[in-house]
Amino acid sequence: MDLSIFGIQSTTMAITAALTGVLLVAAALIIAWLIGPRSYTEKKGEPYECGIPSRGDSMAQFHVGYYLFAILFLMFDVETVFLFPWAVICGDLNTSALPAVGTFLVILALGLAYAWKKGALRWK
Amino acid sequence: MFDFKVVADWLNELLNGLMPSWLATSIECVIVAVFLLAAYSLIAMAYIMYERWVCAWIQCRIGPRRVGPWGLLQVFADVLKILQKELITLWSTDKFLHKLAPYLVLIASMLTFACLPWGKGMQFIDFNIGVFFIIAVSSIGVLGILLAGWSSNSKYTLIGAMRSGAQMVSYELSCGLAVLTVVCLAGTMNVTELVEAQADGWFLFKGHVPAFIAFIIYIIAANAENNRGPFDLPEAEHELTAGYHTEYSGIHFGFFYLAEYLNLFIVSGIAALLFLGGWMPLHVPGLEGFNAVMDYIPSTLWFLGKAFFMTFIFMWIRWSFPRVRIDQMLALEWRYLMPIGLFNLVLMAVVVAFGWHF
Repeated sequence: MDLSIFGIQSTTMAITAALTGVLLVAAALIIAWLIGPRSYTEKKGEPYECGIPSRGDSMAQFHVGYYLFAILFLMFDVETVFLFPWAVICGDLNTSALPAVGTFLVILALGLAYAWKKGALRWK
Repeated sequence: MFDFKVVADWLNELLNGLMPSWLATSIECVIVAVFLLAAYSLIAMAYIMYERWVCAWIQCRIGPRRVGPWGLLQVFADVLKILQKELITLWSTDKFLHKLAPYLVLIASMLTFACLPWGKGMQFIDFNIGVFFIIAVSSIGVLGILLAGWSSNSKYTLIGAMRSGAQMVSYELSCGLAVLTVVCLAGTMNVTELVEAQADGWFLFKGHVPAFIAFIIYIIAANAENNRGPFDLPEAEHELTAGYHTEYSGIHFGFFYLAEYLNLFIVSGIAALLFLGGWMPLHVPGLEGFNAVMDYIPSTLWFLGKAFFMTFIFMWIRWSFPRVRIDQMLALEWRYLMPIGLFNLVLMAVVVAFGWHF
């Protein structure tokens, strides 16, 4: 089932593909390091903020708006994980697949409606 | 139609006859790696040229013409130029994370790249949870982008990365729901089986109205997930200079650029796999002669043709719509695409349960 081309395990192939990505980056970096120029000045190491001297560190506290969306994402992403196995056998279950997943989706939709009502989806 | 599995099996037997099986497997892995590297760089170059030509054509410009015939060598010149640039590391960056970020982005795109249906019998990664694996590994890219923006320690990169993170995770849900709709219709997540299920008709035509809605949702969501088109706020150039990769120079920046174009190919490839039949030729039931002629076109060409066609649609959208604001972007996802996607899933479940599809 999980055999890919040449009859090799898909896990082996996935590791091969990941290593290929690493190899591509490493090889290009080595070439760039060999043929590229190198110089050092103090100003070159400063962050680029359109020529204005940068003030303070940027690793600071950040807008909570992004955080709310991350939480919402977590909720719906887990939901997708639950729905995938159901989707695979949906055709075999015929009509009995509908009420169960319908209830699940209605509860989720209520959750989304609650977040909407609370103003979590409004950008402040 | 030519089956690559015949060649692969012949090579496998030949190698296994000559040497111990662990060595044969290693050599086969190296063959696949070389193929992936070659295909990855060739498609990246082809896509950069393709984008520039389409963009020039849509904007009534001439486009790259100087280097080589029809500007064909422009990309090679660009690659050589970018390799010669100095790699600048700022004194304020987190050096380890700064260097790690391009690796993560490239690994994510290489893994999804290998999962695509390249042709009949040419399936490099063939898990039984195929499309689920694709969705799972493509989210590693978000991690790379967030790391890139955070570790650069500059305000522009941080804002760009945060926007990109919020956008990519939000639209990933809609992408996932569109994929889920197709899985519901097909009853399998395996890439090979998904393609073979479309032998008598592509899912776009087979799946009735819900498949069509899922297709539209997928196009919008994929465009946003790639940080392209009207959704390119993470690198809105007049607000944030270049977004999350502002502080990367030379080939370091090149990796993000490369991955961006490859991700465009990958989402087009997934759209081709889920809705347009992967490498499966166009078959019309009842027209035997037409089907036989279509079978003569190699499967890899079918796949690449569909992917390039989908990319053309993505580029068309990119050069036609003005950029949206961040609140509009998030409202579009959470107030429209998400609820419509959920409703569409229920619709597809009803269609499948009552057998209303073709």
